[in-house]
Amino acid sequence: MKINKLLVGLLASVTLLSTAAHAAQLAVVSGDTGNGLAFLQEQLKKFEADTGNTVTIVPMPSSTTDQFGQYKLWLAAGNADIDVYTTDVIWAPQLADQFLDLTDAAKGVVADHFPSIIESQTVNGKLVAIPAYTDAPALFYRKDLLEKYKKEVPKTWAELKATAQEIQDGERASNPDIYGFVFQGNAYEGLTCNALEWVKSYGGGQIVEADGTISINNPQAVAALEEIKSFVGTISPEGNLAYMEEESRGVWQLGNAVFMRNWPYAYALGNGDDSAIKGKFDVAPLPAGEGADARSAATLGGWNYAVSKYSKAPEEAIKLALYLSSAEVQKNRAIQQTNLPTIQSLYDDADVLKAAPFMAAWKEIFQNAVPRPSAPTKANYNEVSSKFWSAVHNTLAGDGTAAENLELLEADLNDLKGSGW
Amino acid sequence: MATDTLAPPMALPGVRIKSELMQQRARAARWFLLPMLIALAVVAGWPLLRSIYFSFTDASLNNLYGAEWVGFNNYLRWTTLDSGKTVYRGLLVDPKWWGAVGNTLRFAAYSVTFEAIFGMIVALVLNAEFKGRGIVRAAILIPWAIPTIVSAKMWSWMLNDQFGILNDLGMKLGLLSQKVAWTANADTAMTAVLIVDIWKTTPFMALLILAGLQMIPKDIYEAAEIDGVHPVKQFFRITLPLVRPALMVAIIFRLLDALRIFDLIYVLTPNSDSTKTMSVLARENLFDFDKFAYGSAMSTMLFLIIAVLTILYIWLGKVRFDGGDR
Repeated sequence: MKINKLLVGLLASVTLLSTAAHAAQLAVVSGDTGNGLAFLQEQLKKFEADTGNTVTIVPMPSSTTDQFGQYKLWLAAGNADIDVYTTDVIWAPQLADQFLDLTDAAKGVVADHFPSIIESQTVNGKLVAIPAYTDAPALFYRKDLLEKYKKEVPKTWAELKATAQEIQDGERASNPDIYGFVFQGNAYEGLTCNALEWVKSYGGGQIVEADGTISINNPQAVAALEEIKSFVGTISPEGNLAYMEEESRGVWQLGNAVFMRNWPYAYALGNGDDSAIKGKFDVAPLPAGEGADARSAATLGGWNYAVSKYSKAPEEAIKLALYLSSAEVQKNRAIQQTNLPTIQSLYDDADVLKAAPFMAAWKEIFQNAVPRPSAPTKANYNEVSSKFWSAVHNTLAGDGTAAENLELLEADLNDLKGSGW
Repeated sequence: MATDTLAPPMALPGVRIKSELMQQRARAARWFLLPMLIALAVVAGWPLLRSIYFSFTDASLNNLYGAEWVGFNNYLRWTTLDSGKTVYRGLLVDPKWWGAVGNTLRFAAYSVTFEAIFGMIVALVLNAEFKGRGIVRAAILIPWAIPTIVSAKMWSWMLNDQFGILNDLGMKLGLLSQKVAWTANADTAMTAVLIVDIWKTTPFMALLILAGLQMIPKDIYEAAEIDGVHPVKQFFRITLPLVRPALMVAIIFRLLDALRIFDLIYVLTPNSDSTKTMSVLARENLFDFDKFAYGSAMSTMLFLIIAVLTILYIWLGKVRFDGGDR
């Protein structure tokens, strides 16, 4: 084994020496949705021109669960083909060992970002990844339809249900495919995000609290899931249980939904020239539930750039990660992709606000965003999330009641937790 | 096996020269077999042994080499609580695992049965003489030629409840009263997966059966016709018994394939408990959940289950791979 390592080390240093002299060939992975790849390609052109490096984009499936499985495998195998990884906000605790510490490299820019996001990417004092954009979902609504039926933007889930039902019934005559509300109901990480919002909006906690206690089995969480379950087959299509982001956006952008829960990227695409609903919609905070601690809740999302510790050109790779998270690229991202910047000053930037006026309101939504329990559950997070989305998916599909499924979930999570996360 | 048949039959003085020649040929055969045996050991034997080894350790993806031996803990372990109750844990008492085993067996049984029936029908049609037979034969192979990932993705859009062509056709023809979410609904998810698999692998079945059909001498049918045997009776008394060896081999290929089904389900319904198979569950534990050892235990069980089923099938079905029948 030792000889092997020595050999690898020697080979690595040889390649390092040879690449340091020339421009490096870097590879970055991206599982972006919509036209994110085209955007990334354009931004990379400038980096390539400035540094002389060449960058290849390795496209990945859009499902974060699929991406994670692949990255985990590559990193465990010490794969040197990928230099820069695009990482979900929840991955930092699980992949921290495999990425380079960016603390020193990012010293000058860290203070520009929201402190909470930097904190989410810091594991045991090591800055694992540098934020590229943040994400907090919103309620997209058709303002033309709300005006037509003289309705207000719903503030609670019950109001949303009533409004959606009324508009859906009224519009069916002219558009038989229209539905009231679409969300992400497939059994995957996205459902965890959606369901966490429902539970939190009813004051039902956040599955596993910051101190590690399992809080999911409570009456408010049950009420939240039962309410959403009543949507499926009435105001939401039954197929919604197989939708991820792009499927729900498909329904919405064809003009076949009154409301949609989605991430801000759908704003720019919905206003594209080929969109049936261009200029006919707006966004608002997600509805609140009912009960003592009810409030609007949005799951904190967002993507970051991390540098593989197996990269053959770590210095150039770090440059690339820093460039992709720089104010310049974040500003372009905000204007062209309506991705929310992680750099605070961009929320007051005139160009950004002109392209995406809704962002002014976002600063607040995002500051109230709920993190998924990836920090307290550490390496177990994926399994916790999988168990949670399965319980929710079963409930929505009518396989057991919310109370039964959440009780089982609590027992399962306790098993998984054992003596500690 | 190979050395048995090649070994000299007996050392009789009269056939001494011949037996020396045989010995020489046997030695040469061993040398020729060696590269293949080495290749098999490297690409199949070693990974298999590694998986089995990992299933007895506490390995995780980040710590493969520092793994410690834990015996049968991944398969079955128990703790006695203070109240005196004994709690069992591990793969052998994991309801998720047995659910996946059930799904896999159900999938294998349905898909192979339907594929055998449809494959037989297609093969009989293709065996008949008609104009343009060559083109039809080539065309029918297309589903088999498309990579599974591509056809699975294609079908997942066709099965989509809002934009899918199947729902659109069904509604227009009046077959469906409302759009069906094929892959989302737990009741229809398995059916959707089966439809796609049957569509994809029937051509393979048909091709193997067709090869068997073409080996049947034509004069048997002529004799039967002269005797005035009804075509249906001809099929059950002549065609089926004579094509049986080829059919049994085709079925075992498909059965092995069906028992380790992964790609189709991973693309169509990756996280639905009603379709999750052994391979999908093993992958999930190996990579997504960071339970490398537990996933290895699943892989090992998967290997054992397939091995047992295959041996049972060969034994019960009296399959011979040289094309003859016992």
